[in-house]
Amino acid sequence: MSDTSQKTYMLNMGPQHPAMHGVVRLILELQGEKIVDADVEIGYLHRAFEKHSESETWNNVVPWTDRLNYVSPLINNVGYAMAVEKLGGIEVPERGQYIRVIACEMSRVTDHLTCVGASAMELGAFTVFLYMIKAREYLYQMVDTLTGARITTAFTRVGGVKSDLPPGFAEKFKEVAALVREAVRESDVLLTKNRIFMDRMEGTGAISKEDALAYGITGPFLRSTGVAYDVRRSHPYAIYGKLDFEIPVGTKGDNYDRYLVRMAEIEQSLRLIEQCLEKIPAGKHSLEPKEIKWAYEIQDAGKFGDTALLAKYQAKVDQTLEGMSKADQPDTRVLDRKITLPPKESTYTNIEGLMNHFELVMWSWGVKIPPSETYFAVEGGNGELGFHLVSDGSDGPYRVRCRPPCLFPMAALKKLLIGGQIADIIPTFGSVNMIAGELDR
Amino acid sequence: MSDLLRGDIREIPAASNVEELAKLKAEGFNVLVDMTAIDRLKLGKLPRFEVVYRFMKLDAATGEDRGRAEARCAVDEQPVLRSAKGLWPNADWLEREVWDMFGVKFADRPDIKRLLMYEEFSGHALRKDYPIAKRQPLIGPKSGDKAGSPSFNILKPTVTGE
Repeated sequence: MSDTSQKTYMLNMGPQHPAMHGVVRLILELQGEKIVDADVEIGYLHRAFEKHSESETWNNVVPWTDRLNYVSPLINNVGYAMAVEKLGGIEVPERGQYIRVIACEMSRVTDHLTCVGASAMELGAFTVFLYMIKAREYLYQMVDTLTGARITTAFTRVGGVKSDLPPGFAEKFKEVAALVREAVRESDVLLTKNRIFMDRMEGTGAISKEDALAYGITGPFLRSTGVAYDVRRSHPYAIYGKLDFEIPVGTKGDNYDRYLVRMAEIEQSLRLIEQCLEKIPAGKHSLEPKEIKWAYEIQDAGKFGDTALLAKYQAKVDQTLEGMSKADQPDTRVLDRKITLPPKESTYTNIEGLMNHFELVMWSWGVKIPPSETYFAVEGGNGELGFHLVSDGSDGPYRVRCRPPCLFPMAALKKLLIGGQIADIIPTFGSVNMIAGELDR
Repeated sequence: MSDLLRGDIREIPAASNVEELAKLKAEGFNVLVDMTAIDRLKLGKLPRFEVVYRFMKLDAATGEDRGRAEARCAVDEQPVLRSAKGLWPNADWLEREVWDMFGVKFADRPDIKRLLMYEEFSGHALRKDYPIAKRQPLIGPKSGDKAGSPSFNILKPTVTGE
C-alpha cells in the first residue's frame, strides 16, 4: 500500500448548514473522516451593535441588547442596565433587583433548555427537543406576562425595570417550575444513560482546564472542566449574595460534562427563582424616605440655618396639584424622575407622564452620566457577559464594548475539532452553544 | 459595588507592550478576559486609540477570582504594538477584531485578517469618523454615499449630519 498517495480534501461546512445554528462557516481539511485542520469564520450576523449604541441614548440601547444573545435576552438587558448604573452611581431599589434576578434566571433556563434540546435533536433525539422546547415555551409565556414580549423583552431601564411582577406570578411560576422539572426529568431519562447519546458525547470535544483558561473561556464550558468560576459567586451582583445556589462542575471538560453541567444548572436556576419569590420584599424599598424630602421641607430647614445636611437630600417637587407626587412604581424603580422612564401606563394616560417620558427620550435631554469609564460583568447563559462603557458626559454612550461570552469557546473551537471525526463536530459545536447574535454583535 | 471587576489600571508603553504583558502574566494574571480599543477622536486626546487589555487571576482549583487588572496602551496609526497571542492564545481573535473595527495595526502581524467584516470592507467601522450610514462598495452605491432611503435614521440630526 506504500505507493498509494494520501490526499486531504477540503470541506466547507456552513454558513448555511442547519447544524451551524445560524451562520458560521467551518472550513475543514479532512483525511477520510478525520479532521486534520479547521478554520472558523464568523461575522455573518454582524449587525453593528456597538456602533449603533454610540448613536443612541443610554436607555435606547436596551432594546439592542435583546438582540445579542436572543435565547436569554433578559440577562443582556440586566447586564447592560447594571453597567450603566455602575457608571452613574445609581442604586436600584431592592425589589427591582429581585425582579431582575428572577428575570435573569428564567432566561438562563431557557438558554440551557435550547442548547441541550437543540444538541440532542442534532444527534437524533428529536423527542427530547420537543420536550425541552415545550418547557421553554412555558417559560417564554412567563416572560411574556412579565415583560410583554417573549424574546424582544427590553425589560430593564436605567434605574429599574419596566414594571412590577404581574399579579399571580408566583403561583403561576410554581406550576411552570413543576412542568419544567418534569421535562428535564424526562429528557434526563432519555439521554443521560442513553448508549447512542453517550457514545457521541463522551470524550469528544474535550478541553483541559489549562487550555480553557488560556482561551479565556467562562461559563458552563469552563465549569465542565472542573473550574468552579461563576460571576454570580465571584462578584455577587444584585442580590445573588443573599441567595443559596450551587455551582455544578464537571471533571473531563468533554461534551457529556457540558451537557450534565447545563442540566444541573437548570435546577439551580429554578431554585434561585423560588427563593427570590419567597424573599422578595414588599412595600417601599426605593430610596430611603429620609433621603428624599419635599422641597418646602428643605426650604424650611434652610431658613433655620440647618444647611449642613441639605446636599444629602433630594428635593421632591410637586409639579401639579396631584398626580406627580404619587410614586408610580415605588418598589421597582429609582424615585428620581430625571433618571427612570415613567411606566407606560403613565406615559399613555396622563400629561405629566407623557412629558416626563418625552424629556427623557429626546436627544440630548435624557439621562446624562458624567465622563467616566467602567466595566461590569454578569453571568450570562454562556459565561461572563461584560460591558465596558465609556461616557463623555452626554446623554448616550461614547463607546460600548460587549464582551461576548461565546466568542472565547469559538476561538478555541479549532483546537477542539482537530484530531476528531467529522461526526464529532455536531455535538462539539452544539455544546459551545454559539449564539450568532452575541458572537457577531 | 467596588471596582473589583476592573482591578488596578496600568498604563503601559505601546513600544514594549509584549514585555509588559509578559510581566503581568508572570504576576499570575492567567486569563485574558477581554481586549478592545477606544477611539478617542472626539475626546480630544492623543494618541488617537487606546487599546485595553483586561485580565483576571483565576484560581483553577477553587474557581476563585483573585484579582483583576486592566492594561492600557495608547497608540496611533503606526504599527507599534506587537501581538500577545504567544502569551494568551485568545489574543489572536481579539487582535483581529481590534484591527477590523479600529484599524489598529500590529507590527508582527502584517497580514492580519478581519474577524467580523469581510475582506472587501473598506474602512474600520468603529472609528468615530466612520459614518454610521456609510455604504460599502460591495453593497453599493460604489461612491460610498448614503442610499437615498427616506426613513433611514432621518430623525437623528447627529447621524445624518455626519
